Amino acid sequence: MTTTTERAPTPAPAPEDPRHRHDLLRLATAGSVDDGKSTLVGRLLYDTKSVLADQLDAVERVSRDRGLVATDLALLTDGLRAEREQGITIDVAYRYFSTATRSYVLADTPGHVEYTRNMVTGASTAELALILVDARHGVVEQTRRHLAVTGLLGVRHVALAVNKMDLVDWDETAFKTIVVEFEELSARFGIEDVVAVPVSALHGDNIVSRSERATWYAGPTLLEHLEAVPVGTSPAAQPLRLPVQYVVRPRTAAHPDYRGYAGRLTSGVVRPGDEVVVLPSGRRTTVAGIDRADATGGVHELDVAFAPQSVVLRLTDDIDIARGDLIAAADAPGLLTREITGTVAVLSDRTLRPRDRLLLRVGTRTVRTMVADVVDQLDIKTMQHLPAPEGLGLNAIGRLRLRLAEEVAVDDYRVLRRTGAFLLIDESDGSTLAAGMAEAPDRSAGEGI
Amino acid sequence: MSTTTLTPGRAAEQALPPEYTLDHLDHLESEAIHIFREVAGEFERPVVLFSGGKDSVVMVHLALKAFAPAPLPFALLHVDTGHNFPEVLEYRDAAVERLGVRLVVARVQDYIDDGRLRERRDGTRNPLQTVPLLDAIETDRFDAVFGGGRRDEEKARAKERVFSLRDAFGAWDPRRQRPELWDLYNGRHAPGEHVRVFPLSNWTELDVWRYIERERIELPEIYYAHEREVFNRDGMWLTAGGWGGPRPGEQTLSRLVRYRTVGDMSCTGAVDSDAFDVGAVIREVGASRLTERGATRADDRLSEAAMEDRKRQGYF
Repeated sequence: MTTTTERAPTPAPAPEDPRHRHDLLRLATAGSVDDGKSTLVGRLLYDTKSVLADQLDAVERVSRDRGLVATDLALLTDGLRAEREQGITIDVAYRYFSTATRSYVLADTPGHVEYTRNMVTGASTAELALILVDARHGVVEQTRRHLAVTGLLGVRHVALAVNKMDLVDWDETAFKTIVVEFEELSARFGIEDVVAVPVSALHGDNIVSRSERATWYAGPTLLEHLEAVPVGTSPAAQPLRLPVQYVVRPRTAAHPDYRGYAGRLTSGVVRPGDEVVVLPSGRRTTVAGIDRADATGGVHELDVAFAPQSVVLRLTDDIDIARGDLIAAADAPGLLTREITGTVAVLSDRTLRPRDRLLLRVGTRTVRTMVADVVDQLDIKTMQHLPAPEGLGLNAIGRLRLRLAEEVAVDDYRVLRRTGAFLLIDESDGSTLAAGMAEAPDRSAGEGI
Repeated sequence: MSTTTLTPGRAAEQALPPEYTLDHLDHLESEAIHIFREVAGEFERPVVLFSGGKDSVVMVHLALKAFAPAPLPFALLHVDTGHNFPEVLEYRDAAVERLGVRLVVARVQDYIDDGRLRERRDGTRNPLQTVPLLDAIETDRFDAVFGGGRRDEEKARAKERVFSLRDAFGAWDPRRQRPELWDLYNGRHAPGEHVRVFPLSNWTELDVWRYIERERIELPEIYYAHEREVFNRDGMWLTAGGWGGPRPGEQTLSRLVRYRTVGDMSCTGAVDSDAFDVGAVIREVGASRLTERGATRADDRLSEAAMEDRKRQGYF
């Protein structure tokens, strides 16, 4: 990989040293109405100098127009006119900021109205969930829902921002009480890494700059924590998965017989000589070469490729492979099945019921499916799995048993996120109905959210 | 504190092995290539919007990398306002020649000539691009249209999907947008509808410049500092030209400037700059206190919701 020769204006360490590469952290926010989430996100952008003068001018102007004394940083993330007019919330707005060591993609999910749908969408690509709790109200029902979704979507890290600490006079006991309850809940949802920070987004305490008021607090500021959180999973610890997106066949004078399979590794590592299996056909073959374009338009061969790189694989045997196939490690190919049980979050108005005929998308493959059974629905309040005789409606989380028209390669979402995730699609209008997370068959009969 | 604070030891243990780490530009590149390939796999007739502006140049560079060693499997489409910087048109034509791809040009001027569109009083033609764009999409039956829009540009763009569904009128209806999860992009659409696709969604202006530097991508010269005859209007340096400037009373003078964005000459302003090369531009962009649109686009200053309105009418 070629690297940047210069990285001004932020003084960053030499990019040649991979331990000091400027990396990328994707995070999602979650908060209830009036937790001050917009203010917190505004503060994060403002204090990392990601807000520029013309944006700030606009916010100051609107603040004045609305008769506010101080500039309302929440306006930096204000909604669109269409949202105000139609009384809707577009599920996720994306914000960007960066420091000398990291770039951040922040999925800002509104806490109200269609909360589950919003947060599921934001959390699906996040490695860290930033959950807000109002210091005066503590853990509320929404917080449970946020944690349930975070756990369900397999987000590994949680940062808890206990906001509005100024309104409880920076009371250490109030903070600790919230943290204990939050951690208990987190553990129930299988979330291991929780870091709690007492903050006041309005005044900027412990967001980027350290608070002078929380003298009892010795932990990191919110940004310090975001800077320190380890990103990614080591590809070496997971088996190879490469959903085939496209078959590259130039048929040009220079490359008359070239045939390569383009895709992004969703997990694992691959080297020339590795034995792989192509699913669903089950044909085994060997990796002949890994190609990647260079900056000049030429192609060079790689000794190794790893998730999440986009590459082209060449294989030794001339077998029939098309978009929708999965190239997997021969010694750990995952599950090939005509039935999937998985937890789904319903994202549309259409209620999912038994015998519904839908499309299922997993990796690059789309197949017909029928809902065989609505197994249960999760009651967020009690964390109980209840029967769902009416089916699953908008914002519901529950389990479905799905029969598939063809065999499909799928993984347990908790082990391999990208090849265990699926969408349910309405065949008539193409809309996305639900987000799903497949279970391993031995898990399907038992518990799990 | 009673929480599981990360200790350096634990962070180090969880951190990725150095040989498997990617720099943030590698992440963005891989994501964009994945998007190009998804579209090639799912759509019949995709097209890339190509103006010769830096974002569209980066898009084409990424598309080439996505399919190498095969040639680009898409046509290019330029919506030409008629108020072009000559350097940019030259660049466009040279690029098309080099790539050996088909270029479709939809001309705003043709629509003005035959009366289907009328010149605005302010002379700005950016808002007039929508109709020729939609006609070109319909005539050539393009079902996926790649645009260089980035979410960091503007607040209506911040809520844009990577796959943005448009109806037969090209309109963006926030209510109809599909939730986008993981990297499972849903491109299904009815006949007559199309999908706008934004592979640079997660890039910032600085990322684009750092990538241009890393990949040594050539750009039209006007992105770098040069002496130019300009005049001041609404705090922006505009280039004198056939499109109608300067007006009486607007003084022309020679200044050292460069362009941060490239669009219709009548509403795209230059900024004072002595950034002669890409390294200097990166330093300048990093230190700038203005967004690129705020600094250089008169059309976005028309109203608070200018971009949102144009998007809903079928703009890029």
